[in-house]
Parts: sequence; C-alpha cells; structure tokens
Amino acid sequence: MISLKNVSKSFGDTQVLKDISFEIQRGEVVCLIGPSGSGKSTILRCINGLERHDGGEISVDGAPVTDKSLPAIRGKVAMVFQRFNLFPHRTAQENVAEGPIHVAGRPVAEAMAEAKTLLERVGLADKCEAYPAKLSGGQQQRVGIARALAMKPQAILFDEPTSALDPERVGEVLKVMRALADEGMTMVIVTHEIGFAREVADRVLFMDGGRIVESGPAREVLTAPKVERTRVFLDRVLNPL
Amino acid sequence: MSQFFTDAVQFLPILISGLGVTIAVTLAALVISVVLGLVWALMGISKNPVLRGISRVVINTVRGIPIIVQLFYVYFVLPELGVQLDAFVAGAIGLGIAYSVYQAENFRAGFSSVDPMLIEAAQALGMSERKIMLRVIMPLAVRVTLPPFGNTSVMLLKDSSIASTITVAELTRAGQLLAVSTFQNMSVYTLIALLYLAMSLPLTYLVGRLERRFARK
Ligand SMILES: Nc1ncnc2c1ncn2[C@@H]1O[C@H](COP(=O)(O)OP(=O)(O)OP(=O)(O)O)[C@@H](O)[C@H]1O
Ligand SMILES: [Mg+2]
Repeated sequence: MISLKNVSKSFGDTQVLKDISFEIQRGEVVCLIGPSGSGKSTILRCINGLERHDGGEISVDGAPVTDKSLPAIRGKVAMVFQRFNLFPHRTAQENVAEGPIHVAGRPVAEAMAEAKTLLERVGLADKCEAYPAKLSGGQQQRVGIARALAMKPQAILFDEPTSALDPERVGEVLKVMRALADEGMTMVIVTHEIGFAREVADRVLFMDGGRIVESGPAREVLTAPKVERTRVFLDRVLNPL
Repeated sequence: MSQFFTDAVQFLPILISGLGVTIAVTLAALVISVVLGLVWALMGISKNPVLRGISRVVINTVRGIPIIVQLFYVYFVLPELGVQLDAFVAGAIGLGIAYSVYQAENFRAGFSSVDPMLIEAAQALGMSERKIMLRVIMPLAVRVTLPPFGNTSVMLLKDSSIASTITVAELTRAGQLLAVSTFQNMSVYTLIALLYLAMSLPLTYLVGRLERRFARK
C-alpha cells in the first residue's frame, strides 16, 4: 500500500535519507526505530508530502507522491504528531470534524455526530466540548488520533506519538493504537516504545544515519538483532543506566 | 467656569459636526489601511523574494516620511500629475497609506505567531492553502493582531487631526476656525480635547477587554 524505492532526501548539503526502499502491505503495522537524527520523521513527512523527497519514488496505493497527487494521498494517509498539533481555537469535537467538513465537504451535523462517536471510541466521550488547552497530553493525543481517523484513512503515520507525554499517560495512547492495529489499520509508527513495538508491530525497521540498517519481523529484530548497530541502540534504550 | 458652559452650549453643535467628519475620515482611512496593510503583510510573508522585497521597500519608505508630508503629497502634488482629489478623499487616502504600514506590522506579528506545526497539521488533513488561511491562520492571528490593531486605530483617530492641514473640515479644523473667530481658545480647545477623549478612552478600554478575553482562552 505504501512503497518507497531508492528514496533520497537532502537538506542543503546534508543527505538525511540515503537510498531508502521498503514496502508496507495493507493491514501491516511497521515500527520505525533508530537514534535521533537518523531520518525517521523525514521518512514519514516525505510519505504524506510535508517534505519533498529529491530522489527515488514514493507511492501510495500505486500512485506516486507528487504535487498533483498530494490531495489524494493525504486523503488516504493521515498523520499523528508528536506534539499533537490540535487546533487550539477549536473544541475536541471540532478538531475531529474539521477535516471531514472542510476537506471532505461532509455535512456539518453528520460530521459532528461522527466526531463524537470517534471521541467515544478513544475514551473521550465527555471531552467533546473541551478546548485542547484544557486536556492532558494523553487526552490531546487521543483527540489527535480521532482527528486522523475522521478522514477514514487507509493508513496512519505516527511520529513519536507518546514522546511528549508524561510516563503515566503513555499507556492510554498505546492502548488506542493497539486497538487500531487489532482492527487491521495500516500503521507506520516512529517510536521509542520498544515493548509496544515488540508486541504490536509486524515488522520493525531500524534506521541509522539516513539508512535502513536492519529490518525484519518485530520479535526477531528486537530480541535478537543481527546488526551490531541495532544491538547497541536497543541496549541503550532498554538499559539507559 | 460658567463661561465655559455657555461656550460649550454654543460651540458644541459646530464641533460635533466636525466630529462627524473626524469619524468618517478615520473610518475611511482605517478601511484603506487594513486592505493595504494586509497586502503588504501577505507580500512580506510570501515565498516570492520579489514580493517580499517590494513589501519591505514600501513599508520602509512610507514609515520614513512624516504623515503630514504624505497628505500634502496626495492633496497638492497629485493634482499636478492630473489626479484631482477632494480634500476628504485625499485625507482618507493619505492617512490610509500612512497607516497601512503600521497595520502591516500588526498583521505580520499575527501571522508569525501562528505555530507552523498547526499549519502542517492542516496540510496533513489535506486542507487547501485558502482553507488553511481562513480556518487556521486567520483565526489564530486575529487574537494576536486585534489588541495592537485597536491601539493603531486609536492613534489613527487622533492623527486624523492632521487632515485639518489640507482643509478637511474635521474636528480640529472646525475648532481652529471657531477659536480664530471667537477668541475663546480655552473653551474651544478644551472641548476639542474632551471630544477626542470621549472617543479614544472607550476604544482603549475596549482594546484592553479584548486583550484580556483572548489571554484567557
Ligand atoms: N527542515 C530541516 N532543515 C534542515 N535539516 C533538517 C530539517 N528537518 C530535519 N533535518 C535534519 O535531518 C536529519 C534527520 O531528521 P529527522 O527529524 O528525520 O530525524 P529523526 O530520526 O526523526 O530524529 P528524532 O528522533 O530526533 O526525531 C537531522 O539531522 C535533522 O537535523
Ligand atoms: Mg523525529
């Protein structure tokens, strides 16, 4: 459903993605792990066109990502951000309904009703009228996920969805994500939650220095990595002291 | 004191008709300054370096010339170039241009206060540029822009008195004529000052309330 072929990307003189190739099947959950600055966010941002890749080809559902195809691609691939990025001047429910009403052109009443259902689904039935500033990080991120779901995407990209959260709030967001995975949603998740990746991901890609250094079934890569670089990284994440 | 009250009763009708002109020229100049100010601000944040350059040159040029000189230019110089303007229109245009650069700065501050990550969130939803401007950037920028916009408007109201120099019969000019013919300088100028205050104080109060209201949300 998402395919990258020999994708490269530079910011000025620094090449941050080098010859990246992988495919993600429909219904697959893939975690992208790796050290800071390795290019994980950049990959996600290239897939939905927030950044333009400068070499190779990215395609979604068979359609290459180009300026012209962007609106269609963004209709198929939603995104959840590390810092939630909710619209601060709109309530939780309005945030969720924003895309359906103002991008998809759905009738307001219908979209608002659906937004309410989605908020119930992420456990925020009582927060419809709340403004983001009145919500905890975990609640805001669940609104962020509901906002992504509202577009009825075929895949969702998550960029470190729990990194900005208080530790005790991480679980509530991961729970929602796990439920999505169980329902068969295609997900690409940049995360440092190794435990979550091991349990929920079908596959893990380990990145370093703009390259995919190792990839394979989640359990294999995360419990018995073949590449030294992966082993060192996992060791450091799992045993920070 | 009683002199002042008899003068007030006598002069107020004349001054109030001047006040009407003051309000009219202020509102007209405000509209012009907002439209032009938006143009300069949007050019200033555009991706096109030529537009950004033009915006910067216009803003620095207009800001560097005294308002009274700009009014003289519109009123006395343009006719020599074949553009004859009525004093009121010239005043509104001159003040509008002069103030457009301050409005541009207010708008620019508003636009740049919008977190770029929110714009990305809107883009990721698939929103068009136009919708992003209307639904994300504008509503958020307004909160930052409105208080300084209010202050700028109060300044414009006061500076509309400069239009008296090109014969616009607004409050200050009406007062000047009255003072010259009656010699009641004290009464006339006190009344003028009070009339300006009667407009600017409530406006300033309103701006303060708006500021607090946005701070709370
Ligand atoms: N807009 C940009 N301009 C210039 N350099 C950038 C830009 N965005 C990212 N980079 C650089 O590209 C490299 C990859 O960044 P990216 O954000 O993809 O890394 P990451 O793996 O997501 O890291 P982190 O775990 O810190 O989020 C980094 O060296 C970063 O400094
Ligand atoms: Mg990142």
